[in-house]
Amino acid sequence: MTGLEQGVSATLTAPLDVTGTAGEVTPEATLSGAERAIQGRSLGQIAWMRLRRDRVAIAGGIVVILLILMAIFAPLIVRVIGHPPNEWHQEMIDPTLSTAKGVFGGVSLDFLFGVEPLNGRDLFSRVVYGARVSILVGFGATLLSVVIGTFFGVVAGFFGGWVDSVISRVMDVFLAFPLLLFAMSLAGVIPDNAFGLTGDGLRIAILIFVIGFFNWPYVGRIIRGQTLSLREREFVDAARSLGARNGYILRKELLPNLVAPILVYATLLIPTNILFEAALAFLGVGVAPPTATWGGMLSSAVPFYSVAPNFMLAPGLAIFVTVLAFNLLGDGLRDALDPRAR
Amino acid sequence: MSAGESHVSTPLTETTKARPAEGEALLSVAGLQKYFPVTKGLLRHKVGDVQAVDGLDFTVHKGETLGVVGESGCGKTTTGRLLTRLLEPTGGRIEFEGVDITHISQGRMRPLRRDLQMIFQDPYSSLNPRHTVGTIVGAPYRLQSVKTEHGVKREVQDLLKLVGLNPEHYNRYPHEFSGGQRQRIGIARTLALRPKLIVADEPVSALDVSIQAQVVNLLEDLQDELGLTYVVIAHDLSVVRHISDRVAVMYLGKIVELADRDGLYGKPMHPYTTALLSAVPDPTPKARSAKRERIRLVGDVPSPLNPPPACRFHTRCWKAQEICRTQEPPLLERVSGHHVACHFPEN
Ligand SMILES: Nc1ncnc2c1ncn2[C@@H]1O[C@H](COP(=O)(O)OP(=O)(O)OP(=O)(O)O)[C@@H](O)[C@H]1O
Ligand code: SF4
Ligand SMILES: [Mg+2]
Repeated sequence: MTGLEQGVSATLTAPLDVTGTAGEVTPEATLSGAERAIQGRSLGQIAWMRLRRDRVAIAGGIVVILLILMAIFAPLIVRVIGHPPNEWHQEMIDPTLSTAKGVFGGVSLDFLFGVEPLNGRDLFSRVVYGARVSILVGFGATLLSVVIGTFFGVVAGFFGGWVDSVISRVMDVFLAFPLLLFAMSLAGVIPDNAFGLTGDGLRIAILIFVIGFFNWPYVGRIIRGQTLSLREREFVDAARSLGARNGYILRKELLPNLVAPILVYATLLIPTNILFEAALAFLGVGVAPPTATWGGMLSSAVPFYSVAPNFMLAPGLAIFVTVLAFNLLGDGLRDALDPRAR
Repeated sequence: MSAGESHVSTPLTETTKARPAEGEALLSVAGLQKYFPVTKGLLRHKVGDVQAVDGLDFTVHKGETLGVVGESGCGKTTTGRLLTRLLEPTGGRIEFEGVDITHISQGRMRPLRRDLQMIFQDPYSSLNPRHTVGTIVGAPYRLQSVKTEHGVKREVQDLLKLVGLNPEHYNRYPHEFSGGQRQRIGIARTLALRPKLIVADEPVSALDVSIQAQVVNLLEDLQDELGLTYVVIAHDLSVVRHISDRVAVMYLGKIVELADRDGLYGKPMHPYTTALLSAVPDPTPKARSAKRERIRLVGDVPSPLNPPPACRFHTRCWKAQEICRTQEPPLLERVSGHHVACHFPEN
């Protein structure tokens, strides 16, 4: 595999060099004998090769993958190297000071990040579980924004005229909306069950909906701009002059060119949404205690910042590393997919 | 113009083509107009019109090449897009094979598109970067639901061979090709449906001069082989001279002169044509020794938003009289086959 990879990247600098990649790379070539097929490299493959050489972006990507795995396998991880996230460990707490026994908030092999003051819950386990809410809300809200934003962005950019005017004004209205205030006031009126969901499930669903629904214009604006410029490209006219209908042009000609910007902005929107969720949790909006969230942990850590700094550091670092990793990956993706660098 | 690569046999300025006799009309245009409304403000109220094309009359005969020349912004591309009905005319009439396509719906135009194709100017923008050559050149078959005997892939590979590309490059992407090769891919796509008429909008102006001759020669070879009819739009007079049987000269949305190639280049009658031709260095030794005087046009091309009344060229014409500002000169046949729109034609 490595030999093949080297072969491919060696010919990257000379894209017109036909002979380099012809024979050995494509399995088709050996199969069909006389009729050799020459496999071209798509822009996606080239972007992947570029991304692979960007160490920082790859590091970000690896952290992102680890975070996702951590969120998915949280129960397993906690069972092996921790304690259930809501289990009290009064034995770890010094009864006179109400803080952890031992060094640095009770950091030990048993409690990797130490324990929470007062009740002695395992901070490592709570950080691992907190990733579930953050990742779920981050991805869910972004997906919602991307779906709505892409749809309206493409429609506005492609059809133009009054359709564009209306959608653009609606986007302005959404962007002017005081989302934080709205979300905070919403917290007070969330019922105990709705849409067949209860408790944390319902609260996470509402978070995803509120954050995702109000952020779509950020995606919409970008996709609208991209569609506007793509629409003027001659390959759209070429398709039209062959008799293509609007549906074909949207799906087959425009959308493949929008995948890259969508991917980049989605990757950059996820950390924004994670931060927003954390901020809401910090303010007491969203998932209710005792479920672990990074923002909620930060907020309970505030009174203890001098006696138990590990309580604040653990979720703080988790947020920091997550946001940084997504941003590094997103920036790397943008550079790798940049169409100007063809 | 130099022919860069070895296998180019004819440099552009030599004329090798047999002139076909005036044939049957394939496309005819009468009074063709396209105005682009200029709007202002949030409510988009109309403040004026860009008179991009304003009253064209011409006919394209089967098997011939009609060249269209003119300065930037005179409405050449707009004309090409009107002929292929990528734009809807504001006025006038377009007939293709006797069918009025002026305001035909896109649905009813679709089957006609097989016969009426277009080559685009910019080979970097006319091919979708996310599609392989096979997808691009095979798109016409899919879009028009054409059945192929040996499958689309075979057809595409035959087309690639026809335009001088390696058929094994079927799975490659446009960014892996040079400008000239990309333009060949575009030409292959155009040929897929075996059209009768091809409108080529500046087919070589985005290419290196050394590549231009190859592509022009390819177009000529294809014309002979497949019996094509061309409308070739260009601002380069030597390209048009090389490829055309007849030439239309456009100025500010109007045809000012329309004649067969030799008549137009040998005895131009419109002052604008004379000025254009005097600006190009004539490569043939005979003409060079004739020491044609170079005429310099003064002033800029007026805006098509507010073109001069009557003869649109009067603001820059050295022969302009009072009548030129008040009465529009009609496009008249002064000599057999030589149409000119001027009150005081030359020669
Ligand atoms: N969609 C449009 N909306 C408004 N004005 C337009 C539009 N398309 C073209 N025009 C205007 O119509 C005029 C003619 O344009 P056109 O592109 O046909 O010129 P051209 O002869 O092809 O020029 P060039 O040599 O630069 O390609 C120009 O003034 C141009 O600005
Ligand atoms: S009509 Fe008059 S202004 Fe127009 S080109 Fe002829 S001489 Fe010049
Ligand atoms: Mg043009």
